[in-house]
Amino acid sequence: MNEQSDGRLVEVNGVEKVFHRGSEEIHVLRDLNLTVASGEFLALMGPSGSGKSTLLNLIGGLDRPSKGKVSIAGERVDELPDRRLADWRARHIGFVFQLYNLLPVLTAERNVELPLLLTHLSRAERKKHVETALGMVGLAPRARHYPRTLSGGEQQRVGIARAIVTDPTLLLCDEPTGDLDRKSGDEILSLLQALNKEQGKTIIMVTHDPHASARATRTLYLDKGQLSTEPVK
Amino acid sequence: MKFFHLIWSNLKRRKLRTMLTLLSVFVAFLLYGLLCTIKEAFTAGVTMAGADRLIVRHKVSLIMNLPVTYQARMERIPGVAAAMHWTWFNGIYQNEPKNFFGSFPVEPAALLAMYPEYLLPESQKQAWLKTRIGAMAGRTLADRFKWKIGDRVQLTSPIWPRKGDQPWEFELVGIYEGAKKGTDTSGFFFRYDYFDEARVYGEGLVGWYVARVTDPERAAEVAKAIDAEFANSPYETKAEPEGAFAQGFVQQIGSIGTILIAILTAVFFTILLVAGNTMAQAVRERTEELGVLKAMGFTNGLVLVLVLAESCLIAAAGGLTGLGTAWLVTVGGSPVPAILPVFYLPPEALMVGAGFVGLLGVLAGILPAVQAMRLRIAEALRRTA
Repeated sequence: MNEQSDGRLVEVNGVEKVFHRGSEEIHVLRDLNLTVASGEFLALMGPSGSGKSTLLNLIGGLDRPSKGKVSIAGERVDELPDRRLADWRARHIGFVFQLYNLLPVLTAERNVELPLLLTHLSRAERKKHVETALGMVGLAPRARHYPRTLSGGEQQRVGIARAIVTDPTLLLCDEPTGDLDRKSGDEILSLLQALNKEQGKTIIMVTHDPHASARATRTLYLDKGQLSTEPVK
Repeated sequence: MKFFHLIWSNLKRRKLRTMLTLLSVFVAFLLYGLLCTIKEAFTAGVTMAGADRLIVRHKVSLIMNLPVTYQARMERIPGVAAAMHWTWFNGIYQNEPKNFFGSFPVEPAALLAMYPEYLLPESQKQAWLKTRIGAMAGRTLADRFKWKIGDRVQLTSPIWPRKGDQPWEFELVGIYEGAKKGTDTSGFFFRYDYFDEARVYGEGLVGWYVARVTDPERAAEVAKAIDAEFANSPYETKAEPEGAFAQGFVQQIGSIGTILIAILTAVFFTILLVAGNTMAQAVRERTEELGVLKAMGFTNGLVLVLVLAESCLIAAAGGLTGLGTAWLVTVGGSPVPAILPVFYLPPEALMVGAGFVGLLGVLAGILPAVQAMRLRIAEALRRTA
């Protein structure tokens, strides 16, 4: 997949997301518009419950908008049927989660290999890709370690290696430093910054932390379901 | 195969729970294998019965005897190709009640002609015909007492004492093999002429007859003709197909098949609940992980297959080991040869058992697998957050 000729990779137009709790309707996103250029490192900030993660889920094809369009490189993600959406995610999206979400029963290398199981790569090719990804996050020596034997920062680096191992178009990070101490958090942010600058990865990162958003090339603020360039007062 | 490691690793997540579930499935299928063996042991007579053979016994009861002269009359009835007689001897070896086995005075040539499934070398057959006190034992029986050709075997019978209050003495001249796996090779046969002459009472009487019909399709008609031949005599008969006779014999201790099905149904239902509960718990615990897999691009169908494969792997590991163990237990032979001479796990039962293993895996895993398939990614990930 390639970005459009004008460099726009992500386009969110007039998106609304409504959740239902009994008879109550909760409008999480209201007529939201967003454009992210290819190679951009965007930080999304906002108070809890402002809809940051919901927006990230819509961009990543994990959920569907109640109204509006979500296009990634010109492809209408919100219109893809479930099966094709899963294939699309496998090829184009890498997720990094706040709590790392590694499978505790698998070693670091087996965790990183998981997205590659959906490809037609041979075992040897998968191994090579895994080694490369773990090398990029500086964890090659700990490839055979289980998550429980790794620190939080190391686990998140494994999570990042898993997200980039398929060389996705877009990296979506949901509070990637939210569960880490400052030092480990900085290391992760440096890593994401390097992926953006050196590898040209487009990254959208949800965060509460102004220190984290400072590493991004652009920061947007979400409040009451709408985006703005200014922090919420 | 590339997903095998993932499936296997998930099973190792809760080792104790997996082991206990495996053990339950193992015990269930071991029990299945052993019960099938016992059923086969009880009903071997039915399954091995010849379609062209009729059993002709006294109309009142099997324990009442018939005249030996009936054989010639029976052979004259249209549709009867041959007839031979049996008598229950109830022989005991070395005066030890536990050394009991089926023993019968017969006419050797007639027996071997009627039962082609008893395989006896020609030289041994000739020796039997020449030796008045000669006897033929089945392979299972000979192995049980470590008899070999030429051995002298002394038996006593609480029914048929020998004149002079002597034990019955035989010379083992033949050891027969079974033509099929289920052929009973635990019998002991000796010559009727020797028996009839030496017994204290009952001269000229036999236990029952076996008649071979020329056309199995007409067996019922011939049975009626035999009964009609001996109607209104002091020794009226009841003729019936060998299979029905064996079935009736087995049913004296109840319907083995019904008992077997009842036990196995209870066992399988319990195991289904145990395995199903294990899988349901496993899926519940991994909601977030399943959400992550789906976020990566694992399709709903693939998640369904992975959970089902996990369930089938538990069923296969426990079930096939159970069936294999049952086979190993039975391959060594009967632990009670006097009661259950035919003791083996039929290959058909093994195949049906393997089918049950697959069915258990699918049934135990299907609900959790559907639950995992329907899991919405955003909701699953929200649980983590």
